[in-house]
Amino acid sequence: MNLSQRLAGCGAFILFVYMGVAILVPLITALGYLPDPNSGLDNPIYAPPSFDHWCGTDRLGRDVCVRTLQASGVALQIVFFAIFLGVLLGVPIGILSGYLGGGLDRCLVLIMDTLYSVPVLLLSVVLAFLLGRGILNAAVALCVVYVPQYFRVVRNQTAQVKSELYIEAAKSMGAGPLWIIRKYLFRNVITSLPVLLTLNAADAVLVLGGLGFLGLGVPESVPEWGSDLHMALSAVPTGIWWTALYPGFAMFGLVLGLSLLGEGLEIFITDRK
Amino acid sequence: MGRLKTLLIYSASRLCIAPLMLWIISTLVFILLRIAPGDPVDAILGNRADLIAKDALREQLGLNKTLIEQYFIYIINLFHGDLGEALINKEPVVEIIQKALPATIELSLCALIIAGLIGISIGLSGIAKPEGKTDLAGRLYGITTYALPPFWAAMIIQFIFAVYLGWLPIGGRFPPYLVQPEQTGYFILDSLMSRDWVNLQGALRHLILPAITLGILLSGIFSRSLRLNLSKELKAGHIEATRSRGINETRVVLAHALPNSLLPVLTIAGITIASLIGGALLIELTFSWPGIAMRLQEAINQRDYPVVQGIVVVIASLVVLISIVVDIIVACIDPRVQY
Repeated sequence: MNLSQRLAGCGAFILFVYMGVAILVPLITALGYLPDPNSGLDNPIYAPPSFDHWCGTDRLGRDVCVRTLQASGVALQIVFFAIFLGVLLGVPIGILSGYLGGGLDRCLVLIMDTLYSVPVLLLSVVLAFLLGRGILNAAVALCVVYVPQYFRVVRNQTAQVKSELYIEAAKSMGAGPLWIIRKYLFRNVITSLPVLLTLNAADAVLVLGGLGFLGLGVPESVPEWGSDLHMALSAVPTGIWWTALYPGFAMFGLVLGLSLLGEGLEIFITDRK
Repeated sequence: MGRLKTLLIYSASRLCIAPLMLWIISTLVFILLRIAPGDPVDAILGNRADLIAKDALREQLGLNKTLIEQYFIYIINLFHGDLGEALINKEPVVEIIQKALPATIELSLCALIIAGLIGISIGLSGIAKPEGKTDLAGRLYGITTYALPPFWAAMIIQFIFAVYLGWLPIGGRFPPYLVQPEQTGYFILDSLMSRDWVNLQGALRHLILPAITLGILLSGIFSRSLRLNLSKELKAGHIEATRSRGINETRVVLAHALPNSLLPVLTIAGITIASLIGGALLIELTFSWPGIAMRLQEAINQRDYPVVQGIVVVIASLVVLISIVVDIIVACIDPRVQY
């Protein structure tokens, strides 16, 4: 087994574990074997890790372990939804812009390049600030960051492919623009996306955490690593480490898994070429 | 055409795009702030506020004019360097930014230097024995630093070195018992200029933790790009030629391959500025570093629209300008760059 397979394997395994947790934990909570992530009135506050609370409790007496586990599902949902939205917007605009060319193309490229050069976090901060808190809102705030990236990749690929001989041949046989886009361009262009998708998903987890840390993003009742870490920040000077350690570590693990997967895929694809 | 001429044309065309990009950014921010669901006045005063108060605020913000009028006023004010006033205390936004920016720049520059040093040494150590243990460790380091949530890494470092070991201050920018130097706003520079070693020590002690955290987080990008470019460069013909002349490997790498691989790293550094600012934003908050991010978060919490708008426009413009300048510098140094 070579390096790329090992990397991708590790990444896929980590991602698989997170998905398992995301599916199982809400089920177990619903069955009553795990406490509700928002209930903390019966527990002591800032209790250190013990047998009752494996990762301790936070400022409101909520179980850190349950919240950390519960948050992985939230993060995965939002990130996948955001990436899906980004692809849904970025890919068609990119194909159209690359295929049509001309003034529209130049305008779109300039706008997308400008958006691309704005710091990722800043862009989503503005959007999250405007949209307010909410799961859907957070996904929209994240997706805007990635639209320019898909646009760039897809547009450049389309511009390259559209001058190929077989497109010319299809045109001469009377294929319309829609047919060419659907039959030839789309399938050609879509192959360059998987690596970008995985790496962006990794990035999106970090940005979502950043939003939560800034007090934006998901509503307060939804467990999320970033906002939990923000709450933990004020406790660090008093030596309380457990509220900070576990959510951050969970976030790190998910980002690491996605990055490894993306890295492995990238090496695999460049090797094949 | 001579090289100088093409270079000038390239630089001019890049510089011409700058105002266009700045205009797009400011327009986008304007549109976003206006089309967003919800009335800013409601957001500031709350739904149940008095109608007269609402109207007064609307007039103060200039929201009673038509959108087109508002847009032109906004753009003309931007041209004059007027970003409006904060809603909370009527402080001009430009002044807020001027006060906060030096702190952010000081932190970012130090972090960039640290990142460069760590990143380049790790990238170089990996190339000595490709696919060896050091190389693999270097690669893992690159991925790991990328995957670390910046604020979490900052919190852990803060906990270990400031709380548990107590070696360095936990946050802030200057010891509270000393008088802050008030010349340029860059405390290190100020203390150096006035030869005030006590101040310098205080400022440095506060700077160390945030700068090292940010530096470590960014160094992964440098080590990865250097590693990639070096291994590409070492396969090139001229390297083969130097080797066949019997020059030893260290000299081949340091004197022949490294200079060529550093340029792409410079380009990366230009792009990194953007993520640097994102990372700096979160690390500033963790270490209570009184920079632009702290102000931005304050403004977000107070729903202070003009301040949020001003800070975003200024930071985004700075990033765009820096990336254009880096492009031009790279083109100046490297005759191979196509333009």
